[in-house]
Amino acid sequence: MLAIDVKDLRKQFKVQKNREGLSGAMKDLFKRQYQEVTAVKDITFQIPQGEICGYIGENGAGKSTTIKMLTGILVPTSGELVVNGYVPHREREKFVNGIGVVFGQRSQLWWDIGVIESFQLLRKVYGVPQADFNKRLNNLVERLQLGDLLNRPVRKLSLGQRMRCEIVASLLHNPSIVFLDEPTIGLDIVVKTEIRDFLLEMNREEGTTILLTTHDLQDIEALCSRVIMLDDGAIIYDGGLEQLKTTWSKGREIQFQFAEVMSISQLQALTKSIAVSWNRENEYSAKLFVPNEVSFSDAMGLVVGGANIRDIKIFETNTDDIVRGIYQTGSAEVLTKEPVLS
Amino acid sequence: MTRVYIDFIRMRFLMMLAYRVNYYSGIVIYAINIGAYYFLWKAIYGSQETLAGFSLEQMTTYLAISWMARAFYFNNLDRDIANEIRDGSVAIQMIRPYNYLIVKLMQGFGEGLFRFMLFMIPGLVIVCLIFPVKLPTDLTVWATYLGMLVFSFLINSQLNIMTGLFAFFVENNEGLMRMKRVMVDLFSGVIIPIAFFPGWLGSIMTWLPFQAITYLPSAIFTGRTPLSEAGHVFLIQFAWLAVLMIPIVIMWRAARQRLFVQGG
Repeated sequence: MLAIDVKDLRKQFKVQKNREGLSGAMKDLFKRQYQEVTAVKDITFQIPQGEICGYIGENGAGKSTTIKMLTGILVPTSGELVVNGYVPHREREKFVNGIGVVFGQRSQLWWDIGVIESFQLLRKVYGVPQADFNKRLNNLVERLQLGDLLNRPVRKLSLGQRMRCEIVASLLHNPSIVFLDEPTIGLDIVVKTEIRDFLLEMNREEGTTILLTTHDLQDIEALCSRVIMLDDGAIIYDGGLEQLKTTWSKGREIQFQFAEVMSISQLQALTKSIAVSWNRENEYSAKLFVPNEVSFSDAMGLVVGGANIRDIKIFETNTDDIVRGIYQTGSAEVLTKEPVLS
Repeated sequence: MTRVYIDFIRMRFLMMLAYRVNYYSGIVIYAINIGAYYFLWKAIYGSQETLAGFSLEQMTTYLAISWMARAFYFNNLDRDIANEIRDGSVAIQMIRPYNYLIVKLMQGFGEGLFRFMLFMIPGLVIVCLIFPVKLPTDLTVWATYLGMLVFSFLINSQLNIMTGLFAFFVENNEGLMRMKRVMVDLFSGVIIPIAFFPGWLGSIMTWLPFQAITYLPSAIFTGRTPLSEAGHVFLIQFAWLAVLMIPIVIMWRAARQRLFVQGG
């Protein structure tokens, strides 16, 4: 069964245009001008139950708007949308019982009262029986190590402590789909790892479907089997992470440590028969970039055969670089032109 | 579900209790207000026995009960809602399986209950000791008045909710909130009983909801309006309660369509 089924989903906002100057302000007073902005442009995707899907894109690409439509907060302008068997904005109060949401930038706990009191109130809001609640809370508290935080007021928690509490708060009613909007923003590496491990475990044990937006690609690498990439309101990539890497990486880099001083012209002379580029780091070391079109063994052979080498390191393009490349070109054009290599 | 909403009343009550010291100064401010208006009206009455159907004694009682009622029904729901809309935290409220506006109303009621018990009742005792207030002796008047006070709270809260929801449609509704506050105080009859308004304004007032908040219940309490007309007052209050639901529902529906452009 599909956890999320989205078809031609679109969201337009009317944004007020402010005209310049005093006369503009006077005109605005009587007749407002509006500009239509399309934040999400007819996107279509499906997420089966039990999948962890990463939803990435630049700031302003439309990620949060999509999440807000999927969680029933926003009403879409057009398109079809079924989440967990409901149309979110139509049956909002029933629908939200089955989902959990964490907004990394926004707290859902009550600021002035103790963490445990917030949890108790949520228990009542979601109508969770006391016994189920206790069992689940104990389990979550143990796994996320919240033990001594429970009685503190939320405003006295550090960001990492608060975020772990937020995650617990979103899971108390045992939702089958969890939406995480930048859950690791501003957290240190220890807390990030803890949260990732926890999410993976939850997905494995309970089959919880997770949709995650993030700017930290390590989150994606650690968690997601699938990535949906958004740019300017449209989906530009939807598929596996490995495939994304192989498709979009342009080649790999080899770092050589030479036994003798090598000039840039000497290096270029070595590889003049193939289309590669050198980047000299110092007298003894240089990096060679080998595009995917060029045979790796040819390149290695030429360099190894022509120079005295002490050490070799091979770098695969990391996801950060790939994604930065995609964001900068900002379109799926490249994807269709380049052959898929997997 | 109802139990959840009741829990919101309880929570807000307890939260207010934690900040109760802030309210002791409030009682003094209200007593000063009542005193100032008492002396003003005393000067206006001069040697006159009655003005606009109020004796001076009734007027004093009217002032005391109206200000004390204001202590109960007054709340900051407009500001709460406008702030939550502006900073985008209303999004969090939408992922919960409850009705946002009812929750707000319940929080307002929790605050109202707190103000009733720790502000209105002690305030009224203090005011009665200082000024020549004549409280009704008939228990039915008290009971009727308390019933009307609940409607006062509901109607005032409806106006507040509407004002707050305007934050969805305009960038800044600060001015609107201030205007509403002044309008409610003036037109509901807290500052001047509506009987003193010039004829044309008085007749406009009968077509507006404000009089149902303070003037009509207080007139019953002071005995200016006989108890036999209480049914009519209840009817007016109930009618406004029902009528004001309509714009709120319409605004809420429209708001859902254009929600949360703020903050991405």
